[in-house]
Amino acid sequence: MLHIVNKSPFDRNSLESCLRLAKKGSAVLLIEDGVYGATKGSSVEVKVQGAMANLKVYALGADLQARGVADRVLDGVTVVDYGGFVDLVADHSNLQSWL
Amino acid sequence: MFTSSENIDPDDEGGVIKKFMFVNRKAPYGTIYALEGLEVVLISAAFEQDVSLAFVDDGVYELKKGQDTKALGQKNFSPTYRALEGYDIEKLYVERESMEIRGLSEDDLLVDVQIVSAAEMADLMVEQDVVISF
Amino acid sequence: MKIGVLVSEGPYTHQASDSAYNFVKAAIEKGHEIYRVFFYHDGVNNATRLTEPPRDDRNIVNRWSELSKQHNLDLVVCIAAAQRRGIMDANEAKRQGKDADNLAEGFRISGLGQLVEAGIQCDRLVTFGD
Repeated sequence: MLHIVNKSPFDRNSLESCLRLAKKGSAVLLIEDGVYGATKGSSVEVKVQGAMANLKVYALGADLQARGVADRVLDGVTVVDYGGFVDLVADHSNLQSWL
Repeated sequence: MFTSSENIDPDDEGGVIKKFMFVNRKAPYGTIYALEGLEVVLISAAFEQDVSLAFVDDGVYELKKGQDTKALGQKNFSPTYRALEGYDIEKLYVERESMEIRGLSEDDLLVDVQIVSAAEMADLMVEQDVVISF
Repeated sequence: MKIGVLVSEGPYTHQASDSAYNFVKAAIEKGHEIYRVFFYHDGVNNATRLTEPPRDDRNIVNRWSELSKQHNLDLVVCIAAAQRRGIMDANEAKRQGKDADNLAEGFRISGLGQLVEAGIQCDRLVTFGD
């Protein structure tokens, strides 16, 4: 399953709930304000790194760049463009958005 | 249920039955998502799909008994959850952790539900063909 | 692949409509079919003809109209959500006795069944919201 999270982990519990309910082997794509969850040095860094043991984490490059945080993406997070976003949707048999 | 602009015949879907899950994570009244989400669920009944509702995070508050909106002047739509059974929508899953951290128990809920763990909810979600989040 | 998109927020206030638009464009470029874009909740506000945003910024409504025209997209605005929020086509305005209509080009108003139908017919349904 592909999980799409669009809210900052400091604003909403969407990322937290997503990580709680995403099965091992799923993918999580961070878009919009959700990309802050993929940045180094924040209080969720450890949690996200821990989650990466079981989940593949992606972040949308355009949203990272817009927010000036493309230079501090967590190791292990794969940055994708909108084409990559589309591919992730196509490659996973189901998906859900965590708003 | 259908308006004059509705030109879909639910019987024309070619017999396809998909597993639809509607995920509710927002409390009622503060925003419209719970109400308008329910409107989608009701419409989905006509399409005879395999429908489940998941209540996670503040979505569990949608099912709280005793909602009284008179002083607010908003419509109390909570009875609609009880009407779902009449539309053959009976799979209502509520996440235990979401209830517990909000101090809610099964007795607080206005309708019969299945209370599931996070792991069980995760299993349910991953089985779905279509997940719509409100 | 047949892809359906649900846009649950209006233009500008949330990024949802922008993200959906960029996603739809990328999906088309990759050769996928966008079966329907369904606008629900405040998403119906993406269909107002009366928008006049600043010239130096993107015109969200117009670019949906243009994309719709260019690729023959099915942009559907939910009638119940639209009625609540005052988005009407000429027929609906007449039916409701209103003195104006405001539906932008390339959009059509229809029922929630169109969202469920998209879920049934599409391979993937992606939600963009708040």
